[in-house]
Amino acid sequence: MDGLISFAYSLLAMLRDVVPIAAILFGFQILVLRQRITNPARVGVGMVFVLIGLTLFLQGLEMALFPLGRLMASQLTAPEFIFGVETAVLQKVVWLDYIWVYVFAAAIGFATTVAEPALLAVAIKANQVSGGTITVKGLRFAVAIGVAVGVALGVFRIVTGTPLHWYIISGYVAVIIQTAFAPKSIIPLAFDSGGVTTSTVTVPLVAALGLGLAETIPGRSPVLDGFGLIAFASLFPIMAVMGYAQLVEWKARRVASHKKQA
Amino acid sequence: MHPADNPLVSHPPKKGLLKVLLAIIRRAMRPLTESALALLPIVLVIGFFQLVVLRQPIPNMGQMLWGTVLVLLGLALFVRGLEMALFPIGEEMAYNFVRKGNLWWLLIFAFTLGFGTTVAEPALIAIAQEAARIAASGQVIENTAAAQSSYAIGLRLTVALAVGVALVVGVFRILKGWPVQYLIMGGYLGVVVMTFFAPPEIIGIAYDSGGVTTSTVTVPLVAALGIGLAHSIHGRDPLIDGFGLIAFASLTPMIFVMAFGMLI
Repeated sequence: MDGLISFAYSLLAMLRDVVPIAAILFGFQILVLRQRITNPARVGVGMVFVLIGLTLFLQGLEMALFPLGRLMASQLTAPEFIFGVETAVLQKVVWLDYIWVYVFAAAIGFATTVAEPALLAVAIKANQVSGGTITVKGLRFAVAIGVAVGVALGVFRIVTGTPLHWYIISGYVAVIIQTAFAPKSIIPLAFDSGGVTTSTVTVPLVAALGLGLAETIPGRSPVLDGFGLIAFASLFPIMAVMGYAQLVEWKARRVASHKKQA
Repeated sequence: MHPADNPLVSHPPKKGLLKVLLAIIRRAMRPLTESALALLPIVLVIGFFQLVVLRQPIPNMGQMLWGTVLVLLGLALFVRGLEMALFPIGEEMAYNFVRKGNLWWLLIFAFTLGFGTTVAEPALIAIAQEAARIAASGQVIENTAAAQSSYAIGLRLTVALAVGVALVVGVFRILKGWPVQYLIMGGYLGVVVMTFFAPPEIIGIAYDSGGVTTSTVTVPLVAALGIGLAHSIHGRDPLIDGFGLIAFASLTPMIFVMAFGMLI
């Protein structure tokens, strides 16, 4: 019964998100474009599927994975876990002591990205548009690897307390250099995948990790250091996707040159 | 010839029914197995850290399993809904706007879509409230509820405005066929320059606000809109010109939020 009530509640919350979007779409379609919607029954059923699907998805995550993931983030960053029970007061932070935190950051960044519905949507579209050259799995794995590296580096930044903007600016420089060498057709998709990675699944867990770390490490403030992890998680996938495209192109070229020799 | 041996005659209903049933089950299972594969890494990571690193039992096993089943069903339904509603409607509207041939309506639509979907985004509301609390404790604004709430609303409107502008610029770029990277680099330059002038407390929030703006319902819609536009305009390539809208929508909020921090 409790489950049913909370389901109804989250369905209402989801409805509040979707209704304005639907109003904009149908408002323009009917008032400005003066067109009827093709196949309105199918579109209506599809909208209901999106609504119920996302609600179930979030509800399930809230029941099963989020509480444990958040608890884990706070346990892994607790000084008792990292230094043993006897060290009650932290004096100095050595970044190597946090090795499990980096591993967890990378693993959870990767895992949540693979499950991100918005990324799945973009991957499906990219696969259709590219005529199958870009695979749904390949793109999602590339993005997930990017997020894994990004979040791990972001956590390292919080532990060491180095300024956020130097990392982001160097990241920009790397992206610009890579843009000059990457295949032209992948560039827009690569930039887009930076924005879609951080959505419903990734943000709650990654943000919990960042705030947990900023609260337990002496000298860090949640205000200045707790934020910024999501910025890492949206920068590194850009590099990873361009790298993936370069790899695919390089492989194709190698196969072609092998055939020529044979 | 016996009718059963004739390949042109349909199979006897008994065998056919089973086959049809199997096909239906297989079709229904395919999205489920796909969502299972998507979910497997999270389950593995959380299981590994809980059992091996933290050495603690998994609490509430029944609730965990039930929640996982809901996630699987939800993801499968969402993907089906994408293909039935969000993708076709985004592409259809793009096509209709191009056929109507009115640039201003298209740009107004792009702005409304960006602004309207962002201003009520729950992740943004949460971040704006957090930012207001921080600003009050850092004495950037007065430490009253009224000042905090007007700060939070200001921040939300700023981000929504940024996303609206991003979609307008992005749609305009698709129409013109400009390469995406020069605009993005211009945006990067804007972010870097603003970083040196903005107050330090706002920088982390500004950088993060770029990532939280694009919701799970907006992304497929905006992607379909871009691809639809690129499809319906002669000489545009859907892969090169169709993507890129989301990239703008996650870049402009950083610049706008830092500007907001400087004005307050």
